Amino acid sequence: MTKTDKQAVNTGRRRFLTAATTVVGAVGVGFVAVPFIASWQPSAKAKAIGAPVDVDIAKLEPSQKLTITWRGKPVWIVRRSKQTLNELPSLDGELRDPHSEVESQQPAYCQNEYRSLKPEYLVLVGICTHLGCSPTYVPEGEAHSLGPEWKGGFFCPCHGSRFDMAGRVFQGVPAPTNLEVPAYHYESETRIVVGVDPASAQA
Amino acid sequence: MNGTRTGLLSWIDERFPLTKLWNEHLAQYYAPRNFNFWYFFGSLALVVLIIQILSGIWLAMSYKPDAELAFSSVEYIMRDVDWGWLIRYLHSTGASAFFVVVYLHMFRGIMYGSYKSPRELLWLVGVVIYVVLMAEAFMGYLLPWGQMSYWGAQVIISLFGAIPGIGEALTTWIRGDYVVSDVTLNRFFALHVVALPIVLLGLIVVHIMALHEVGSNNPDGVEIKKNKDEHGIPRDGIPFHPYYSVKDIMGVAVFLFLFAFVVFFLPEMGGWFLEHDNFVPADPLKTPEHIKPLWYFTPFYAILRAIPDKLTGVLAMGLSIVVFFFLPWIDRHPVKSVRYRSPLFKVLLALFAVTFVFLGYLGTQPVYPILSELGLRFSELYFGFFVLLWVYSRDRSAGVFWTTLLVVLAVIGVIDWIRFDPSKGTLMMVSVLIPVVYFVGFLVLPVLTRLNESRPVPERLTAK
Repeated sequence: MTKTDKQAVNTGRRRFLTAATTVVGAVGVGFVAVPFIASWQPSAKAKAIGAPVDVDIAKLEPSQKLTITWRGKPVWIVRRSKQTLNELPSLDGELRDPHSEVESQQPAYCQNEYRSLKPEYLVLVGICTHLGCSPTYVPEGEAHSLGPEWKGGFFCPCHGSRFDMAGRVFQGVPAPTNLEVPAYHYESETRIVVGVDPASAQA
Repeated sequence: MNGTRTGLLSWIDERFPLTKLWNEHLAQYYAPRNFNFWYFFGSLALVVLIIQILSGIWLAMSYKPDAELAFSSVEYIMRDVDWGWLIRYLHSTGASAFFVVVYLHMFRGIMYGSYKSPRELLWLVGVVIYVVLMAEAFMGYLLPWGQMSYWGAQVIISLFGAIPGIGEALTTWIRGDYVVSDVTLNRFFALHVVALPIVLLGLIVVHIMALHEVGSNNPDGVEIKKNKDEHGIPRDGIPFHPYYSVKDIMGVAVFLFLFAFVVFFLPEMGGWFLEHDNFVPADPLKTPEHIKPLWYFTPFYAILRAIPDKLTGVLAMGLSIVVFFFLPWIDRHPVKSVRYRSPLFKVLLALFAVTFVFLGYLGTQPVYPILSELGLRFSELYFGFFVLLWVYSRDRSAGVFWTTLLVVLAVIGVIDWIRFDPSKGTLMMVSVLIPVVYFVGFLVLPVLTRLNESRPVPERLTAK
């Protein structure tokens, strides 16, 4: 009697087979999950819409800002006055990253005092590095509530982050890094192409 | 006639447990006989859910989940579809009503200790429902594709970007694009209309099953199952149906009066239920002057904004929600109901409600220095509540109170030292009094006075 019972139910083998089936099933579920998860990635179409944008800056007056769209994001081109450029180094002590040491925030050719190819023209992606709002441009001399020391720059209305006239972030605000400088180059004296490095433009 | 009906019923009962379900969940589910005003909100949440599902299905019949068409399809619903305005206002008012009802429902749970043993799992399922509801509301808010929809989604999705390492990739994955775009809108539509409602319905079934397994708590926090008569029925219990089904119908009637009043006379609620900026189509190049989430997210948003560091801010905001999951283990005080807990506990709970509402108000305001300073102080009170809840959760020696006080004051000091800004020195000095008075009061008074003594809990329910 006991012998036939043992023959009928081999619990060890049953447990092994159940475990093996569970493992194989779990692996199968894992494989099936891949297409569902990967399907959330940007589609081929979304990736393709990243074409460079050609901008004419001939009519830009000092301290004026021009906004264009590149890869769906706002990109600003600001013409800075001599005075603004001279004031930039005086702010270094109040900034988080005055010398643009966070490399992801600008191409190597813009890792300089003015964060630009030509000091006069500042090109920035107009998206706050905190939570992605688009900051407001507040030039020096315009009415604002940013204190008497304000030398012009950008103020994010969402969470109060402040950036100077080179897109450098101030201390004590939630944004962790400077505003991003996109890849760009000068096609001529008055034309900027956003999205293409100077080096690859020559090649 | 009666014969046919019972004949049909027994025909069904042999094939489906209809009578069994009816009895288990309604006619023979014994609920405590002393339910008060606060016990309306569970059934009201179900009513709002039905309103949302019905009006939502009808909206989906005319709405177009396409960045080019979404905004104008909502205006089309408002102007051209017969009764479209009513269906949309039912849905938008329903969203806010859902949170009003759920917040009151949760506060009831905290007041009467309904999260304590044996109801921990019931509470956990409830918090999951709350989180899913937040996701559902957030995704639904993107659909009208107005300025607030767009920039609200941009900010909330960017929160995930604060996670070190994978943050950026994760936000791109959620959006399906490098910016919030048509792709994001389309997928949020699918999640809002199909995926999350299914999850929500499943969770609500689990919530009710868990409730009927352990039985309802009540304003006295006394377990009615401990005192049963010879038939095994709790002496202080009455059948849910007809007693509470009838009572709840009265609650529903009053609720629908108020709800209809808002739908017909105040559908925007002065910008609280439908924000003014959302009547402007989404513009990816321009953030509105003053962006804020809808009122039901603002307490957490205020905590996020109060902290001048991206990762810490996001973590604090996450923690302010996640902490509710741990409530059953933070507070294990044997006395469940606020009625029999100490006077200090009553004040503590009242102050927590004030803190939550005040943070909610701050979250709607622009970022002035004084307001963000208050935001930080009240965030300290918010988290302080849970610390004090833990300290109060059983009889402790004076040493525990003194040590906790020292630790808390040290933490506040370190936070102020890290974020010290000379231009705000005076403001910080003055505002630090808020948490200092709070913690000193709640941690010293129990040592020096008898204000932290609970009252004896009665054996039976006290309702007449």
